[in-house]
Amino acid sequence: MGKRVLLIEDEPNIIEAIRFVLSRAGYVVDTHSDGSTALGAIRSKAPDMVILDVMLPNKSGYDILRELRAEEGMAGLPVLMLTARGQKKDREMAERYGASRYMTKPFSNAEMINSVAELLDE
Amino acid sequence: MHLGMRQSVLARTVGVSAAYLNLIEHNRRRIAGKLLIDIGRELGVDPALLSEGAESALIEALRDAAAGPVEHSHDMARPEDFAGRFPGWARLVVAQHRRIVALEHTAEALTDRLTHDPQLAASIHEVLSVVTAIRSTAGILAEPGEIDPDWQKRFHRNLYEDSRRLAESSQALVEYLDSADDETEPGLTLPQEELESWLERRGYHIGELEVEAPVSGKDVLLGADGMRGSPAAHSMALDYLAQYAMDARIMPLDRFRQAVAAAGPDPAVLAARFGCDLAAVFRRLASLPQEDAVPRIGLVQCDSSGTLTFRKPVDGFALPRFGAACPLWPLYQALVRPMTPIRMRVEQAGRNASAYLTYAISQPATPAGFEMPQVFRATMLILPEDLAGRDEAAAILPIGSSCRICPRSACQARREPSILTDGF
Repeated sequence: MGKRVLLIEDEPNIIEAIRFVLSRAGYVVDTHSDGSTALGAIRSKAPDMVILDVMLPNKSGYDILRELRAEEGMAGLPVLMLTARGQKKDREMAERYGASRYMTKPFSNAEMINSVAELLDE
Repeated sequence: MHLGMRQSVLARTVGVSAAYLNLIEHNRRRIAGKLLIDIGRELGVDPALLSEGAESALIEALRDAAAGPVEHSHDMARPEDFAGRFPGWARLVVAQHRRIVALEHTAEALTDRLTHDPQLAASIHEVLSVVTAIRSTAGILAEPGEIDPDWQKRFHRNLYEDSRRLAESSQALVEYLDSADDETEPGLTLPQEELESWLERRGYHIGELEVEAPVSGKDVLLGADGMRGSPAAHSMALDYLAQYAMDARIMPLDRFRQAVAAAGPDPAVLAARFGCDLAAVFRRLASLPQEDAVPRIGLVQCDSSGTLTFRKPVDGFALPRFGAACPLWPLYQALVRPMTPIRMRVEQAGRNASAYLTYAISQPATPAGFEMPQVFRATMLILPEDLAGRDEAAAILPIGSSCRICPRSACQARREPSILTDGF
């Protein structure tokens, strides 16, 4: 069984495309779309890595990441942040809050697969 | 206002306007002499007290101004001495301090809006999200790899839905950015844009100046279809209206229309007919009232620096909103060949490109003198060929709007790379 990836994103067609691409590459993909319950989803699904969108309904991806890193045992979980903003300060904020990697929308499927593989040490 | 007396009643009693009394009450006008005594009498208050009130407000305002980030000296500890000895200078310091505070507030508000405008951020986020979905979905369909027919169908449907969403969200973004021209959003637009926005609403035609006894430019701006806006935009509008009135006097509307109907929109024929210069004819043609089903006529002007100082857009001929235009425009050819009329067919790059007949001329913008360099103004008329007639024998000059958005990658006149890497 492939490694588990939890995709936290609210755009249905992006979810569908990423899920398809990663599934085809051999990963098991779970999805979640709401910011306020995202932490609970990470705890219950226990993925090998998280793909986290910054702009989510009800709670920002930065807040979710900050709270996640403060939890015991979550400091090392690979998190790939997705954002529509590619400014330096956004990248710095993602790094400060503990993102393992940062990807700016729009991205190619190859970039997505490579990032996931690298974060999972494959 | 003290003693429950209405401001308007007191103003009438002491013989000043309510507005002036309001300024006095808010310490924006100094009060002295007979008026001070009259107001004191009507209010039953010692005139000295009223005067002191104004004085103390001034001193307080000076203290506020001194609290700013300036190096303090010992004499600044006694603002009352300064206000007493130099009341005029003291009021100037206070007025300038208030202006600085107001400008700082405006700058902060604009900075905040540009960096944190939630509507702008949401709009851009929406566009990028849809673009991301389209790119990933299109990648799945285009890249090698097996796709189940059901999934293929699903991704095609997603692409179709997303392309529609992209069209809508990008349209919404454009509308939002365009709304920055609205006069209800002062401060985000340049005075020139305010003027052009107002002229657009008027159809670039000012009926009040087309009659036998035209009103003044000032009255046009104050009228029912007048212009609200910044003082700088008003000043530019007054210059524009003065020029308009002069053109209308030389080329009265009825006679000008008859001449155009008889000879067509040929500037040289019209200039000879009315005995005026070509630039005036260009302006007059561009100010004709817009008739249904008749293509619109465009006009641009630039000064000696090449800066576009006036833009009347026309469909299919993009005029840059910011920055410089395409250096190949006949407008700029005219600028380097003053007083030489230029007539040229042009076509911009783009999906809906069509040819236009342009006329351009550069003429002195100021009277000749020995004290400063001669400044020129170039004017270019943009006539759709449906209106001007198609001269198939004449060559068409390929031009652009501005290099940033022009796909003609091999253009020798290019000054910077285009952001349209693959053309339109």
